Amino acid sequence: MIEKALTGSKKYWLWLAFLGTLIFIGFLCYLLQWKIGLGITGMSRDVSWGFYIANFTFLVGVAASAVMVVLPYYWHNYKDFGKITVLGEFLAISAVLMCMLFIFVDLGQPNRVLNVLRYPTPNSVFFFDACVLSGYLLLNLLCGWTVLHAEYKGTKYPSWLKPFIYLAILWAPSIHIVTAFIYQGIPGRHFWLTAIMAPRFLASAFSAGPALIIILALLLKRVANFDAGQKAIQTLAKIVTYAFVLNLLFFFFEVFTAFYSGIQSHQAPIKYLFAGLHGHAEWVPFMWASYILAFIALILLVIPATRKNETTLAVACLSVFIAAWIDKGIGLITGGYTPTPFETITPYRPTLPEIGIAIGIWALGFFVLTILYKIALGVKESKELRVKYQGVLIKK
Amino acid sequence: MAIKRRDLLKLGGLTLIGTAASAAVGGVYTKPQEALKGSRWALAIDVVKCKENRATCGLKCVEVCHSLHNVPSIPDKKKEIKWIWEEKFEHAFPEHEANYYLNEKLHDTPFLLLCNHCDNPPCVRVCPTKATFKREDGIVMMDYHRCIGCRFCMAACPYGARSFNWIDPRPFIAKVNPEYPSRMKGVVEKCTLCYERIAEGKIPACVEACPAKAIVFGDLKNPNDEINKILKERIAIRRKEELTTYPSVFYLIG
Repeated sequence: MIEKALTGSKKYWLWLAFLGTLIFIGFLCYLLQWKIGLGITGMSRDVSWGFYIANFTFLVGVAASAVMVVLPYYWHNYKDFGKITVLGEFLAISAVLMCMLFIFVDLGQPNRVLNVLRYPTPNSVFFFDACVLSGYLLLNLLCGWTVLHAEYKGTKYPSWLKPFIYLAILWAPSIHIVTAFIYQGIPGRHFWLTAIMAPRFLASAFSAGPALIIILALLLKRVANFDAGQKAIQTLAKIVTYAFVLNLLFFFFEVFTAFYSGIQSHQAPIKYLFAGLHGHAEWVPFMWASYILAFIALILLVIPATRKNETTLAVACLSVFIAAWIDKGIGLITGGYTPTPFETITPYRPTLPEIGIAIGIWALGFFVLTILYKIALGVKESKELRVKYQGVLIKK
Repeated sequence: MAIKRRDLLKLGGLTLIGTAASAAVGGVYTKPQEALKGSRWALAIDVVKCKENRATCGLKCVEVCHSLHNVPSIPDKKKEIKWIWEEKFEHAFPEHEANYYLNEKLHDTPFLLLCNHCDNPPCVRVCPTKATFKREDGIVMMDYHRCIGCRFCMAACPYGARSFNWIDPRPFIAKVNPEYPSRMKGVVEKCTLCYERIAEGKIPACVEACPAKAIVFGDLKNPNDEINKILKERIAIRRKEELTTYPSVFYLIG
């Protein structure tokens, strides 16, 4: 099937070349980090996780969200998702790949990364995170590829795959729950020490991930002549709507607990993020942008007319995606570290090389995604062709 | 130059002999007899004495600790490394800020902060490689050679006691102490309660260096130890007790 990725239009190759350039720039930035150390980033003694871990956290959600198309299709036999299921699985593969890379670039001693496996430590959430992430990558590779290969051969996928498909469905939420536990289980960080962290993670994932799948499906309709089907997109849009409403509600619960209880230490991170604290307001514009986008998305998604219109749906999904990225990326990490354990404020801003590395990883993810989608769509397209009569392709 | 099979076998044989020999010798070398013995090491810092002598002491405890352990002095506050340092009361005990009366009494009192060597250390719980671990005598250790630099321990430590080598620290060490290893970039480090001195029968360097004798070192599990008498007589507080990590650093405030 790989041969499908080797032929393509000029646009396809230009897009890959563009991503390749970004990957190369990111790689050069990483070489600098390799030489000097994490000192090239904006992280500090007080804010010791930053942009990398933020993107990792967000992308785990994107990866987990594939289950939102896989589950209805395989579990409830929801046939309308037939065409986009593989898109979800392949998105999960590239998202997990990005997650792993973001963890890798965040390590101070990357050459020792295998120590996690050499000295397995079940009391560390990181150990479980490494297990669930790599397991999820393998499961999606296996399920996505086998199903697509069966389609390529013109048969149904083999029955031995069924247990793996169900396992992948159960596995998906676990990757995000475990990632939430990284934050949820540590004392002394008021913003993170909350039982609603895992539910919040799931709600934001199940809105931002399917939103991305909708955007990709609408994009593929334009550039690749692939129609996922109106019904599939509308069902996904409803999933995005409900999950996003839950996501906003969960945030409201956090605000209520912090402010009605009157405990200042719990209020401080929220104040810092949305209003500024002790004269520091680095992330205030970002957080408000996030929640204004969220509000716009909410209106567009809840009103049936705008949800059904593909243009306004695309705007809504893009808003959901960006809002969730700011909220979970920037907000979650800096909010957890600010104020510091000394109730002081050390501002964090990512540096240019740090952003360069992050863009490089995103580009690599989209590079892999493009190739996987090219293969998937190539297979699906070739099945639609019935006869080639005097040089003219006649569709089924 | 390619290695011949014969040479490879010789090399293998030598390695085997070497391993056997080191195992045998390892058996001979046991812990030095003079090592201090304790079941729960702890520090009691007399903040009253500390305040009285602060003008003249020149923070000897910090100076000695940092020079003995090759702790670099990095001018950039964001990248700094510190094992023991002085902090204002309201930063050391932010939860006591609300207690205006206590706060006023302790105003301008210097508080020496360092790793608390908790009974229930969150940093040990989260470390994915056991690079940080708790010894039986309560000292929370740090293995610089196993640390992958993920900084999970820094996120988990509620006391901000851990530092990370964002860059190569060696150029920032004024005078290298060859008796103690210096660190490389990309690893976490912190106070290890002078485990290397305890093994030689010496008390921690900060305790020894304090001209006012404001820091007391002892074994909490030994009822006859001086530290237990002091803790019975005086009023002591610990940082963030509500988190039940049970720090072994006590601050004598009255």
